[in-house]
Amino acid sequence: MMGNVVSLDSIFGLGELAPPAVMPAAPEAASGCSSSSCGSSDGPADMDPAVWEKVKNHPCYSEEAHHYFARMHVAVAPACNIQCNYCNRKYDCSNESRPGVVSEKLTPDQALKKILAVAQEIPQLSVIGIAGPGDSLAAAGKNTFATFEMLQKKAPDLKLCLSTNGLALPDHVDTIAQYNIDHVTITINMVDPEVGARIYPWIFYKHKRWTGLDAAKILHEQQMLGLEMLTSRGILVKVNSVMIPGVNDEHLLEVNKAVKSCGAFLHNIMPLISDPAHGTYFGLNGQRGPTAQELKLVQDACEGGAKLMRHCRQCRADAVGLLGEDRGEEFTADKIEAMGFVEYDDEARRSYRDHVEAERAGRHASKAAAQADVRDSVGAGVDPILIAVATKGGERINEHFGHAKEFQIYEVGPDGAKFVGHRRVDQYCEGGSGDIDTLDGVLAAINDCTAVFVAKIGGCPSKSLADAGIEPVDRFAFDYIEESALAYFKDYAERLGQGVVQSRAGQDAVIRTGALTARRA
Amino acid sequence: MAYKIKSAECTVCGACEAECPNIAISLKKGTYVIDPAKCTECKGHFDSPQCAAVCPADCCVPA
Ligand code: SF4
Ligand code: SF4
Ligand code: SF4
Repeated sequence: MMGNVVSLDSIFGLGELAPPAVMPAAPEAASGCSSSSCGSSDGPADMDPAVWEKVKNHPCYSEEAHHYFARMHVAVAPACNIQCNYCNRKYDCSNESRPGVVSEKLTPDQALKKILAVAQEIPQLSVIGIAGPGDSLAAAGKNTFATFEMLQKKAPDLKLCLSTNGLALPDHVDTIAQYNIDHVTITINMVDPEVGARIYPWIFYKHKRWTGLDAAKILHEQQMLGLEMLTSRGILVKVNSVMIPGVNDEHLLEVNKAVKSCGAFLHNIMPLISDPAHGTYFGLNGQRGPTAQELKLVQDACEGGAKLMRHCRQCRADAVGLLGEDRGEEFTADKIEAMGFVEYDDEARRSYRDHVEAERAGRHASKAAAQADVRDSVGAGVDPILIAVATKGGERINEHFGHAKEFQIYEVGPDGAKFVGHRRVDQYCEGGSGDIDTLDGVLAAINDCTAVFVAKIGGCPSKSLADAGIEPVDRFAFDYIEESALAYFKDYAERLGQGVVQSRAGQDAVIRTGALTARRA
Repeated sequence: MAYKIKSAECTVCGACEAECPNIAISLKKGTYVIDPAKCTECKGHFDSPQCAAVCPADCCVPA
């Protein structure tokens, strides 16, 4: 009975959740001994069960859920009330994957129809977000709330979530609570107006355009006020920060502390996307984005503060599907229009969620065993390594090297395995024949990794990887990522001891923020 | 006196439409236009023309 649902082609296999290597301590407010802290398999060991219940199926709020659940953004909010130096809403390109980019704007009615159609097609769909392309709360948030109001009636199982720059947030907190929106993302790039003045040329507030320090000060105050108002109502808040080297990179530590103390649940530090071709102020003025290592250093330095999100894909404001894939082109306005009446039925989604739930419960033990094994057999003196994984979901190594549009990066060491990020690449094998240039791009993107796990790999790329010092590994094909990573690490530590392999510490890699719109292979 | 929108630069975001106190701005054939008969340059309402203040493309200008 479950067969159909589970053999979804975008997910080869299912599995339980990643252990909470970077999970937060339970919020201070959590009451005494929660069942989860006693080792129940209901949720990650150190998360407040109430919070876990809210995030377990949310691909952006739970790293674990992102392997299983899909989100959809509807672009009903084109207007904006601030200008950011990293944004240029004039530019739109269907090959671009970045926030603020959309192919078509929707009215709330069109959005509703599209959502219902997608929900029928993609049982993994669990979250509907409104993330622009402007600000979801600009222009009084009219379209945003109109969409959510209809959705709440038609498909109450879908979680609602919105992203905002925060400027108009305090005015709308009551409405947000009223529509059961229990996840909000605020983009906060600074808590110091001096820094803010270098990021925001102007804001529109109280019928005036404000510039310079005044603008940054108002924005900062509104953001923090909105954040506090939301968290005090029990609404989960994720904070996004764009890391801009030389502008706010060091400052982000302070941002992390400040947002944590105001109750933010998750902090997502994303690399600046800066290409002169996008025509943004930063792009045109030579402001560069961070390298993979710079980004990871700042993220690592913030560990222990607000929990960090490391699996953000910086999606388009009309993205559809699992994080890391974009099926938006299957659901363009024309195609939705041509569909006629769309049935609403949540049966497939419910069975899928039940299945994931069962898988999650079943996998705690195998992961814990693999961790214990590594902890016992490998000395603490062995440095952690990075592993790139070709996967299409379900926490399994189930993608062909040549078909991978991104690699998920895991850090594995004596303390366990944890997801630390993802790297986009051009597909190496577009229609069968590998292309040497894209292979160079792949090598640059995963240059800091010791091994790359794949379901399958051709002889040629395999040799090039080995020559570059990155070991191609296909012996764990279709197995779970973390257990495999731990098994590999144990073996690696042995070989390191024998001097057969060398450590790749100190390598850096290139972050590619380009296209991720290729449809599923 | 009235304002107008330089349509070649307009991104059709609609921010101006929401701010106009006179409902002078509307979408016509895929671009936003200002009805000069309704536009008062916001006099009597605000210190500055709202469409120009909010427009991210700076394309709302005196006609
Ligand atoms: S941009 Fe980041 S937070 Fe938003 S949907 Fe994509 S992955 Fe999730
Ligand atoms: S100047 Fe004021 S009244 Fe005239 S179109 Fe712009 S917002 Fe409307
Ligand atoms: S605010 Fe400017 S860019 Fe946006 S629709 Fe109005 S005129 Fe066009």
